[in-house]
Amino acid sequence: MARSRFAIGRLPGFAMMAMLTFAFLYLPIFTLVAYSFNAAASMTVWEGFSLRWYEAAFANRTVQDVSIRSLVLAVSAASIATALATMAALATTRKRHFPGQTMIYALINQPLMVPEIVTGVALLIFFAMIKVQTGYTGLGYLIAAHSAFCIPFAYLPIRARLETMDLTLETAAADLYATSWRAFRHVTLPLLAPGIIAGFLLGFVISLDTVVITELVKSAGQDTLSTYMLGQMRRVVTPETNAIATLFLLLSLAAVTIFFLLSRKRV
Amino acid sequence: MPEQPEADAIQIRSVSKVFGSGDEQVKALDAVSVAIRQNEFFTLLGPSGCGKTTLLRLIAGFDFPSDGEILLYGQDIAPLPPYKRPVNTVFQSYALFPHMTVGENIGFGLKMLGRPRAEVEARVAAMLKLVKMEPLRNRKTSQISGGQQQRVALARALAPQPKVLLLDEPLSALDYKLRKEMQIELKRLQAETGITFIFVTHDQEEALTMSDRIAVMSSGSILQVGTSREIYDHPAERFVADFIGETNFLDGEIAGAANGRADVRLGSGAVVSASLPKGFEPGRKVTIVVRPEHAEVVAGDAAQGAALRGVLENAVYFGTDTHYHIRIDGSGIFTVRQQNSRRTAVAHAVGDAVGVAIEPDSAQVLKD
Amino acid sequence: MSRARETEQAARRRDVRLRWLLCAPALVVLLLAASGPLLIVVTYSLLTPGNFGGVVWQFSLEGWFRVFFSRDIFDDTVGFAGAHLDIFWRSIRLALITTLITAILGFPTAWFIATRPPATRPIWLFLVTIPFWTNLVIRTFAIQEVIRNEGLINNLLRWAGIISSPIQMLYTDFAILVGMAYVFLPLMVLPLFASMEKLDFRLVEAGYDLYANRLRVLWHVILPLVKPGFIAGSILVFIPAIGAYVTPRILGGGRNLMLGNLIELQFGQGRNWPLGAALALTLLVIVVAALIFYVRTAMRDSGGQRG
Repeated sequence: MARSRFAIGRLPGFAMMAMLTFAFLYLPIFTLVAYSFNAAASMTVWEGFSLRWYEAAFANRTVQDVSIRSLVLAVSAASIATALATMAALATTRKRHFPGQTMIYALINQPLMVPEIVTGVALLIFFAMIKVQTGYTGLGYLIAAHSAFCIPFAYLPIRARLETMDLTLETAAADLYATSWRAFRHVTLPLLAPGIIAGFLLGFVISLDTVVITELVKSAGQDTLSTYMLGQMRRVVTPETNAIATLFLLLSLAAVTIFFLLSRKRV
Repeated sequence: MPEQPEADAIQIRSVSKVFGSGDEQVKALDAVSVAIRQNEFFTLLGPSGCGKTTLLRLIAGFDFPSDGEILLYGQDIAPLPPYKRPVNTVFQSYALFPHMTVGENIGFGLKMLGRPRAEVEARVAAMLKLVKMEPLRNRKTSQISGGQQQRVALARALAPQPKVLLLDEPLSALDYKLRKEMQIELKRLQAETGITFIFVTHDQEEALTMSDRIAVMSSGSILQVGTSREIYDHPAERFVADFIGETNFLDGEIAGAANGRADVRLGSGAVVSASLPKGFEPGRKVTIVVRPEHAEVVAGDAAQGAALRGVLENAVYFGTDTHYHIRIDGSGIFTVRQQNSRRTAVAHAVGDAVGVAIEPDSAQVLKD
Repeated sequence: MSRARETEQAARRRDVRLRWLLCAPALVVLLLAASGPLLIVVTYSLLTPGNFGGVVWQFSLEGWFRVFFSRDIFDDTVGFAGAHLDIFWRSIRLALITTLITAILGFPTAWFIATRPPATRPIWLFLVTIPFWTNLVIRTFAIQEVIRNEGLINNLLRWAGIISSPIQMLYTDFAILVGMAYVFLPLMVLPLFASMEKLDFRLVEAGYDLYANRLRVLWHVILPLVKPGFIAGSILVFIPAIGAYVTPRILGGGRNLMLGNLIELQFGQGRNWPLGAALALTLLVIVVAALIFYVRTAMRDSGGQRG
């Protein structure tokens, strides 16, 4: 086997290290998924294929409860964050510097820069104050916290999409008698749609994934799937947890796949 | 609005445009004034950066003038946003809406104006027929060729029947043959629709062939406005003479002047008759321009009395004509263009001493 | 000035106002539920702890004091808060080592992906990012399953006869490191990849042409050119790592606390909200310092480097 060309991209051992790293990334997940189908109650001994843990998971009232709450939270937070982020993106892109721009960027990106534990603590204190004043202990705090946290994540793909859009299209629309609002509705919005959907999906996944903020902000009985699982870690763990984890995984995977497909589409 | 036959469609009155501020100010337009007539094919011609596109954008409404007025049939449109001006643009990049079909693109303006669906459909059909794109009505604009996109852009801008159509270098992306075809097409469309066309280009050949009148621009100012013939034969300034076609510059002095014509004594002593702009007195040092095709190479005895004498340095054969480069005694290169018909069979060899005869009434004194 | 100028300026002002209006809802939400509360944290760090959590509205520097120092309850001498300082040191140490591990593992991975044919590259990238988008608790849980005493690794080692009794990996600093490296690996790979993708391979060819072997090309040509990617990746890993909460909680048991756990403790059993607030602010200061360091280094280097 003769090598026809000197492969300048080849560095010794790198391919192998890369493969090992990929193995490192996926092995734990595969193990987790595999054992969710374990017939036995053990996490170490394999005793045959079974779906009993999935049945148990579906039947578990607490699991149903937290799953629904997670989904409600994720959809609400992602919707709010996407709407707000879209407006903010429209306001901050494609323009020479205008007064206050850096401050706006700092505010929008703040959840990305500040460690989640710090934000969580801040919200805990702030909402505690409000709780004392108003007595409200509903889901509102979590929705607000998640919405704010998701804004920068929704903002990024929307802004990216906006920046690659041809500016002359809106000029052409104005030339053809479209007012600002109509130009937005008929030209900008349809072209921006993939970015907005991507932003929503990103926000959705981030909200589902958030543990620290949720853990600190939640009132009693307001567990989400993440905090529920965190709580389960302390107990004796059965493959039911694996089953829940696998289902959760599939949900995230679906959202991320759609997101990837959308961001590759170019129109 | 009843229009008089010779009404001015667009009046630009002392319009300036400044970009940036403070030390970094750029004056894109400097107190420009021009009147464009109704039903005219008017071209703004100039090199990049001369301000022609800026002026076009001001007429369209995409930017505001820093000073001056823009009148459309006597009405000041400067404060109006673009969607309130009955003016439409064909963009250099076409700017077709990628998420709409050809038909939807063409109908967009009328839809925005709130015309009833039936009327929009009829107009779209008529436009498609006008630019010969009927079969492509339901195609997405990303699926058609560049030349076809160009025609869709044209149809889209014409559909709302604007008072003025602005074209921003619309043919620059097309290949040579297609460009020639579209030039004829555009001229025909303008004549057929009767809409005033304002065309922007840097291609002087394009401007000369298509326009009723041309405004030559440079560095934010309009240097000369006139028909193709006027601009070519009687360029007012050095820049215009240089930018349009090829030309020769000769230094001389005004020996005598009368009735818009002057006798200019050249350095060689010969006297050439040239057109003279106002305000030039005898004795003044001037530059005259002579087009290469208005001169002839003469040899032998005739060379003695010719306006210029020199040595033939180079002869470049172009198929239809030959360019002779003659180094004039005590001066630079003079280019003569002669058609290669059988009558001019006299071959001039490189290195020969030759003379240059200048056609009478073909020289022009520059305003310098 | 002229009417034209006035129109221009009026339009410009309208434009700026519209932009602010569009931003406003997002900014309000962010101020209320993200940035604003930080100011409250500052306030709380200067108050007195209440008996059952919460605060008493009385000024006190005790919270900040307790971050670094402790007062002996018997003879009132002041000494360093040993436990706290241990935790600070562990957090910084583990975050730095995690950055190192992810760099060592991430570099070949990024290089591998960058040298794939352009058609397959997105698929590899997708594969690297999938774990990143799965839930943090799940990922940490997965690692726990692999390294615990009856977990995959120990089972394999015992089955192969290499060891006779399980190695205690869980609930050690090692476990936390493995967990954090696992969680943050994609954050190092992606910026490194971005840098490598922009790499001008003709420079690499030039290196080979000038008698450098593979290793030397790596050291002298490739590494300096992908430095921006390294720096970006390091920051992306270090900052979340130092504020990690979930990973040390699950994998460290209750014993190997990191700063995040210590902070949360004050709002739970510790019942010392001002201390918790002060600790949170300390963490924030460390993060900001790291960010400033990053920006300085990135700016300094961008003069001489491309990409």
